[in-house]
Amino acid sequence: MQGIPLIFEKTKTGKEGFRLSPLEVPKVDLSETLGEDIVRDEVNLPEVSELDVIRHYTELSRMNFGVDNGFYPLGSCTMKYNPKINEEVAAMPGFTELHPYAPEEISQGTLEVMYDTQNLLAEITGMDNFTLQPAAGAHGELTGILIIKKYLEHKGEKRTKIIVPDSAHGTNPASASHGGFDIIKVKSDSEGLVDIEALKELVNEDVAALMLTNPNTLGLFEKNIFEISKILHEKGALLYYDGANLNAVMGIVRPGDMGFDVVHLNLHKTFSTPHGGGGPGSGAVGVKAFLRDFLPKPLAAQKGQMYYLDYDIPHSIGKIHGFYGNLGVVLKAYAYIKSLGAKGLKEASEIATLNASYLLKKIEDMFEVPEDILFKHEFVVSCNNWKEKFGVRALDVAKRLLDYGFHPPTIYFPLIVDEALMVEPTETESKDTLDAFADALRKIYQEAKEGPDFLKSAPHDTPVRRVDEVKAAREMKLIYEG
Amino acid sequence: MRFISHAPSEIEEMLETLSIPGVKSLFDDVPNDVKLARDMNLPRPLSEVELKRELLEISKKNKAADYVNFIGAGAYDHHVPAVVKAMVSRSEFYTSYTPYQAERSQGTLAAIFEYQTMIAKLTGMDVVNASIYDGASSLGEAISMACNIKKKNKVVLSGSIHPEYVATAKTYGFGAEIDVVPSSYTTSYETDWKQVEGLIDGKTAALVISMPNFFGVLEDVKQAQEITRKKGIMLIVSANPVSLGLLKPPSDYGADIVVGEGQPLGNPLNFGGPYLGFMGTKSQFVRRMPGRIVGETVDTDGKRAFVLTLQAREQHIRREKATSNICSNQALNALASTIYLSYLGKKGLNDVAYHSHANARYFIDEAKKSGNVKIINPKVFNEVVVEVGDLDKKYQEALDHKILPGLKLDRFFPKEKNKLMVAFTEKRTKQEIQKLLELLGVS
Repeated sequence: MQGIPLIFEKTKTGKEGFRLSPLEVPKVDLSETLGEDIVRDEVNLPEVSELDVIRHYTELSRMNFGVDNGFYPLGSCTMKYNPKINEEVAAMPGFTELHPYAPEEISQGTLEVMYDTQNLLAEITGMDNFTLQPAAGAHGELTGILIIKKYLEHKGEKRTKIIVPDSAHGTNPASASHGGFDIIKVKSDSEGLVDIEALKELVNEDVAALMLTNPNTLGLFEKNIFEISKILHEKGALLYYDGANLNAVMGIVRPGDMGFDVVHLNLHKTFSTPHGGGGPGSGAVGVKAFLRDFLPKPLAAQKGQMYYLDYDIPHSIGKIHGFYGNLGVVLKAYAYIKSLGAKGLKEASEIATLNASYLLKKIEDMFEVPEDILFKHEFVVSCNNWKEKFGVRALDVAKRLLDYGFHPPTIYFPLIVDEALMVEPTETESKDTLDAFADALRKIYQEAKEGPDFLKSAPHDTPVRRVDEVKAAREMKLIYEG
Repeated sequence: MRFISHAPSEIEEMLETLSIPGVKSLFDDVPNDVKLARDMNLPRPLSEVELKRELLEISKKNKAADYVNFIGAGAYDHHVPAVVKAMVSRSEFYTSYTPYQAERSQGTLAAIFEYQTMIAKLTGMDVVNASIYDGASSLGEAISMACNIKKKNKVVLSGSIHPEYVATAKTYGFGAEIDVVPSSYTTSYETDWKQVEGLIDGKTAALVISMPNFFGVLEDVKQAQEITRKKGIMLIVSANPVSLGLLKPPSDYGADIVVGEGQPLGNPLNFGGPYLGFMGTKSQFVRRMPGRIVGETVDTDGKRAFVLTLQAREQHIRREKATSNICSNQALNALASTIYLSYLGKKGLNDVAYHSHANARYFIDEAKKSGNVKIINPKVFNEVVVEVGDLDKKYQEALDHKILPGLKLDRFFPKEKNKLMVAFTEKRTKQEIQKLLELLGVS
């Protein structure tokens, strides 16, 4: 059966969409100018009309689901509304048409935005200096880890280990490992927080840093943060902040005040820039002053009235991106911070937490939920009871939610919770939406009671039915062969 | 604040449901001495009207955005068709995230599958990933990948690779503990093959070359093929994708991994980002490739569908043993490139490449007629280095005429005084090129 269409199947020999004006300069003989043995035959790309292209990609877009389509409580991803004014600002030709090597005197606008954003992020996080060069959260993690590595090297210390909690994002151990460190896991205590005693035992002169999210990936605030910071710093190790969950605490606590030395933010989460179907994001990294000289080159700087790119960073890790980062994304985050100001950002965090707490209250009777815990902007419940009682798994619940017009929460993460649903509603969702989502879950619970088959075969009302992941991995059809 | 969807009465109802007096209670577990005791010191919030006015004013300070642009050096001023802008502006695409839930993400998944296919056709590689951050970081990932495959810890770089790519590769090498060894370039701006060969030893996993190279010059790729074959190491090629509209795919000269900057395919300049890095390789290395990969499959009705696949390579499954730490990549930019390549098609991409090259050749041929400037190596695709006496003064004169005449090479190579690197795209007119020639002293 046909299924999802591909542009290659609309191609007809000789069809044209795009056309250039006639060549004004003399024609060239390619075999002479390029060399006979390097000139290729045609590339087998589609031959379609302009309207073919528009219809095809419009059709594909309708098979997608974004924040504009509906509720998207994907835990740890902060799928908040992406304000339209940000898109308009970032699309201004003054920004989009600027070449990265244009002279600085005539690129002052973007340099000003970079400089301002570095400083705004520093104030929001309590750090001293920021780089905007990393292009995504994990890219920021790698950058932060390399800053720590370079700093230790500069001090003449060889520390080989990075500690990550067992509840951490997969990117944390992967980034630290690609930074050349060995990974050790610290377990969580019965409350879901870093086990302080276990941490004390792990930290020694071999440990370079602890990577921590606060609130952590369970949505809980690590209230012993000062003690954690002391344990690390007393042994000469650093504290790294994964900013994935900053949306819970803006204006309430700051990583810099909690003792963190290095921070990465996800501007595409906390600062409302769209996720683009999987990027572009921006993984800005902030450090305390003693690490400033290890940041990637260049930083935006100001001298008198002029902004410029400062390459004078004595112990810089070098470059982590060809140019200066995803500035189109930075612009949107800048516009967002300017729209909200201090009070607005704080309110965003408060309402994000209110929304999560309220939604949990509405659904907690249906799931296994730890008692007496104050979640922040997201919460984790377990479908273990569904599995035991009805033979229905978190995956089935997720797939059925699609039929109800919702994007499901993150599932099977964090790894320390069985059958996890990780729900992050964000502040921009209304009470009505939260109520509707709770109602949908209640209906699904009822469906589960009536028998697992209907849920196991969900989704039923999506552009395609449940897809065969095993077949994809086994057959490895990774390009269209015609 | 704006962007919150609650009526005040609803917030009251929600607090009541939670039996708490106010939102502050939700932070009772945060110790007081950790809390920020003041307001953050940020500028006052702006209305949409104010914000737009302010940002428009700021954007106008980017005077260079209006100039006729002859700067390339890894980012090219190709035309971005309205079709591309219109399609990537569909919010079903741009407000979604990584297609974890395949059944409701077929748009993104099918487009990535098309992207993988088109880049595979351009580069001649068997498999392609869903994108990396940019050209330089895709090279950084490629050297890690090659060292993992070969179980070695050194790579040799041609001396004519973009200096910022070399810097980025070194940073990745610093992390992964790979010795990244650049060689030098010849006086004709080509790879010094002899030196390259000397630098390759038993620890070396791969040789990296750029085609065309940083200086715009077409390398003698047969040399790269022979050296890597002889030494039994991998060949990594960093390629300009538009040039592949005219030039043979790197698979033809033995590339094992092809990477490059995808910006020229439908992405605006944006002062250096967001762009996208592409990466393709041979099928035997697919399990060693970083990043997302989309595969074809069927749904329970037997209909064709697409899904993220080979995820056992990735960080969310393999954690510290993953092939890479990549999570978010540059999906929307890859979508732009897919739509760009669909729209241009077979003929359009060839035309864009041909016009860009013909414009460069026109400049070269005209410049050659005059003794005032010197073309060092004319065997180029769309970018060429020209030696111009009193360059600083002429550069300023060009700026006065709202022309960005190119990149001064001494930005990266201090000894390269009075050398200007000039790039051409299909957008440059004959008149603009003539004006540039005149400003450089070629009349």
